[in-house]
Amino acid sequence: MAEAVRVKAMMPPGHVRVPAYLRGKVGVIERQLREFGNPEQLAYGLKPQQQMLYRVRFTMEEIWGARAENPGDTLDAEIYEHWLEEV
Amino acid sequence: MPHDHHDHLSPSGHPFRQDNDGALTYWQRMEIAVRELMIEKGHTTAEDVARQIDIMDARSPANGAAVVARAWVDEGFKAELLQDAAGASRAMGFDIGPLNLLAVENTEHVHNLIVCTLCSCYPRNLLGLPPDWYKTRAYRSRAVIEPRAVLREFGLDLGADVQVRVHDSTADMRYIVLPARPEGTDSMDEADLAKLVTRDSMIGTGVPLTP
Repeated sequence: MAEAVRVKAMMPPGHVRVPAYLRGKVGVIERQLREFGNPEQLAYGLKPQQQMLYRVRFTMEEIWGARAENPGDTLDAEIYEHWLEEV
Repeated sequence: MPHDHHDHLSPSGHPFRQDNDGALTYWQRMEIAVRELMIEKGHTTAEDVARQIDIMDARSPANGAAVVARAWVDEGFKAELLQDAAGASRAMGFDIGPLNLLAVENTEHVHNLIVCTLCSCYPRNLLGLPPDWYKTRAYRSRAVIEPRAVLREFGLDLGADVQVRVHDSTADMRYIVLPARPEGTDSMDEADLAKLVTRDSMIGTGVPLTP
């Protein structure tokens, strides 16, 4: 996985653990966690595929643009591999 | 505790909680149905359910405070905590079940804040149940949009030389802040140090007490 990643800007229906405010935003991998069952399948009682989970760090400037309270502050979120694309 | 909810006041000004006379919601009916079926089929018992509730109620921020105080006095333990917070907590004897815990360290120039914007993820198996405000939409949305303004409302005014790092518990990890050890505590032992560690200091909406 590349160091800089973009959260895919897709809006699928159903149970998704990627907050809408991060979709389409670019961050850097803070650390790789480990594989977990995909919650988008678990939520519906389906047999889950294992998905690698990463912690991705975004700047507040990247997320909120000119509205950022303090551009250099950061936000970390856990994002599954299938939601990330290399930048 | 009858005074936890101040939504309603009696004519005499006494706060009370409204009677829950409304119809059961879909999910309340679902919970009752699943629980009764599992008891009927012998998978669990009413006593087991009550015992699990007791175990959860017995968990409190004091557990996390003990972990933090140990990290303050023991560099080796601190390194272990930052590497694998769940393992370090279990090694201290805390039954945290399957909790995936990650500790984030506050320093002179970094202040961490924990939130769950999607729901109310919280390290319950270590710290017990979250405070009511942690689950509100106001906290969950404002903590990521204007964390510094939120912190000011909690009485914490951070300078420009401190970077705020917000952690949104979006998936499988839960978080605890390892607050910085307060000044003037060099002579204190682990047990007394633990008394300085507040719940909010482990969420990041506060800092430890000073002696």
